[in-house]
Amino acid sequence: MKNIFFSFSGLICLMLVATSCQKDVSNRTSNLPAMQASNNDTVAGTWRTVLLSRPDSFAVAAPVPTANPLYAADLFEIKALQKSLTGDQANSVKYWSAGAVLRWNEILRGLVAKYNLPVVQSPDGTYAIPSAANPLAYPLFPFTNPPYAARAYGYIAAAQYDALVACWYYKMKYKRAAPYKFDSTIAANSKFINQTDLPSYPSEAAVLAGVNSEMMKLLFPGEIGNIQLKADEAEQAAIMSGAATRADINAGDALGRQVAQLFIARARGDNAGKAVGTPTDWTNFVTICTGQGLTPWYSLETPQRPPMLPLFGKVKPFLFDSATVVGLRPGPPPGVGSDQMNKDVAEVKNYIDHPTRENIRIVQFWADGVGTYTPPGHWNAIAAEDFARQHYSEVRFARNMALLNMTEMDAAIVCWDVKYHYFNPRPTQVDPSIKTLTGIPNFPAYISGHSTFSGAAATILGYILPDNAAKYEAMAEEAGLSRLVGGIHYRVDCEAGLAVGKNVGNYAILRAQNDGAN
Amino acid sequence: MKKKTIFRLSSAVMLSLAFTLAKGQTVDDAIMMGKKQWCSGFTYMHSSWKEYWEGTTKRENKNLGTVTTQSVMFMTNYGITDKLNVLATVPYIWTDASAGTLHGMKGFQDIDLDVKYEFYTTKIGKKGKLNLIGLLGFSTPLQNYENDFLPMSIGLGSTNLSGRLTVDYQRGIFFATLSSAYVFRSDVSVDRSSYYTDQIHYTNNVDMPNQLNSNLFVGIRKPNLTVQATVMNMYTFGGTDIRKNDMPFVSNQMNGTSVGGHVKYFLPFVTNLELIGGADFVIAGRNMGQSQTYTAGLYYILSL
Repeated sequence: MKNIFFSFSGLICLMLVATSCQKDVSNRTSNLPAMQASNNDTVAGTWRTVLLSRPDSFAVAAPVPTANPLYAADLFEIKALQKSLTGDQANSVKYWSAGAVLRWNEILRGLVAKYNLPVVQSPDGTYAIPSAANPLAYPLFPFTNPPYAARAYGYIAAAQYDALVACWYYKMKYKRAAPYKFDSTIAANSKFINQTDLPSYPSEAAVLAGVNSEMMKLLFPGEIGNIQLKADEAEQAAIMSGAATRADINAGDALGRQVAQLFIARARGDNAGKAVGTPTDWTNFVTICTGQGLTPWYSLETPQRPPMLPLFGKVKPFLFDSATVVGLRPGPPPGVGSDQMNKDVAEVKNYIDHPTRENIRIVQFWADGVGTYTPPGHWNAIAAEDFARQHYSEVRFARNMALLNMTEMDAAIVCWDVKYHYFNPRPTQVDPSIKTLTGIPNFPAYISGHSTFSGAAATILGYILPDNAAKYEAMAEEAGLSRLVGGIHYRVDCEAGLAVGKNVGNYAILRAQNDGAN
Repeated sequence: MKKKTIFRLSSAVMLSLAFTLAKGQTVDDAIMMGKKQWCSGFTYMHSSWKEYWEGTTKRENKNLGTVTTQSVMFMTNYGITDKLNVLATVPYIWTDASAGTLHGMKGFQDIDLDVKYEFYTTKIGKKGKLNLIGLLGFSTPLQNYENDFLPMSIGLGSTNLSGRLTVDYQRGIFFATLSSAYVFRSDVSVDRSSYYTDQIHYTNNVDMPNQLNSNLFVGIRKPNLTVQATVMNMYTFGGTDIRKNDMPFVSNQMNGTSVGGHVKYFLPFVTNLELIGGADFVIAGRNMGQSQTYTAGLYYILSL
């Protein structure tokens, strides 16, 4: 019996040791410190906006004087909250203190990943199309494929930026000191944030909550309830932190929602709603291609799936006009059967027949396929985590995210225009023995979307953070390469994609040089 | 000396077939090698599925067709004493999908090291005998294989620590073995910097829920022949379901139950040579393939 006892106690000890190895998997950005702007960008109210014609297009009434009992009541609310702050509330304040542009971007990336699932085929072999009118019925709306995602990131980032420019305009107009500047008790209890001289009326946290709430109604109509909860949490955190009064919040929320309407109106008319195309459009691509004696792309899925958003190239860009989209098209890819194409196919085949572990790592790192936040989301993650170290103000953070995401949206438009202009097959269509290290996207090969997104992102990010320019360029090269060694693109797709992406990025630089933020 | 033999069909190989993921075997039988006996050999496994459970919904996928996992596993087992054995297994695995375009993966998977201890034996009545066996297992990847390319990956990449208790009752030639192992699994890292389960995670670390592997063997056991019916179950304590039309992920809740039969036979003319064979069929599952698995192996026992 002794044996039993010793064996069991040994086993139990071992299990206790194993259990005590904490399985603590936390996000890279969970414990970021509170935002500490090195510059409050007090002139941001004059920066060039995207759609807002004037920073005061939407009126924000002057706050009540500080002598007004309503103001005292607002301060009392903060004090009462701070006195009985629960652990969860403190965590919420800390979470949002890292930066609301950052946090909303993370939330958006989560939604993109959640909705990035292609519809499963119906029993008759066709594929249903998600409906914005009925977002919660299967297939869920939206399907956040890369073009949809790029546009969502673009609109939300641009709307946030315009709204914060207006916010800064009114902050400097009314110069209402933050609660922690006005009241010493609040100052003493506002310990999870960095206290600055930035006026608090209207609240930037509430502007962002308002913008996001409204934009999500359009872009993620199935998530309105969840987003409103996040918006309420963000606004409550701003009050509990001592950074904003209820009046600051109400003014900011209303301003954000009004600015968002400009972007929603634009989005409704930007042609994205027609990007799915019709069966006639789908066959037209084949007819045109065949008429030119070329080999048309076809879907490699079983059953064959209609091409992804074939008319997305007609969406209205942010950084240039639609004629420029056509002007940015590169020359044609080598035709199927040509010597050059045969060489290109052989190169893909050679990579696929000898996959190294490093190549597989690169493919998976940049895959950003089904169930992920897509390549534009990946570049958002890269940018946001770098920006978070820069001691930006919220308005500068928003400006830089807007530059990135307008670039990515326009890169999607240009890339999709090129893809459906040339309608070129994937390597596996030309040589079915090419097996791939990631899923083959359901649209034509030339030019590589990853390369275009990455070339564009690296260009504008390298302008924003010149010290990182070489790093971003290397990442973009690797992202492009990942599609070649993964077997889903020819080299020419990646090279042309990077080049086109850079051209798109240069338009963003042009904008950045002239927006007043330098 | 009573020859103690070994029966080496692995429940883990059969049941960790989360999308035909074969895993280094754990030790689930009640057979001990005698002192200074050394048994080594190879097992070949062929496991395939056409339908799988996406969460709890069974489906097929025309872009995968039939997914096949094959492996050759080296196993060695040494009797330090009649009651204390050490074991090790090393599998080489390769995968393939019959349809679609996904590339197969291949390579050495996880080495598994175990200490097996028969800590209690008693007679029950005239013919009955009851054995209790404890086992500590450790497994870890032999190389940095790609774990985030399911269902083509050859493994999940976690380092595991397991504790197993086996109860064996034999009466005459009839026996029943009930065995259960609790498996602690380490976090794993994936090659991407973010992933979605039921929420977004901004990290490349993945929390792997622990597992319980259980099996029941019932059959006849004679010195040179064992025939048994098997029921095996794998249960994962947490993890998420594969979402509709999503790819599987390392931390999915992979559960499954299989039934099957195993045979082990010592050749009459080469009494140290043991042949094994088995077939196992998954009858219920969650986030794994409904695989049919066939195994065949050859082992040689040396008395040192």
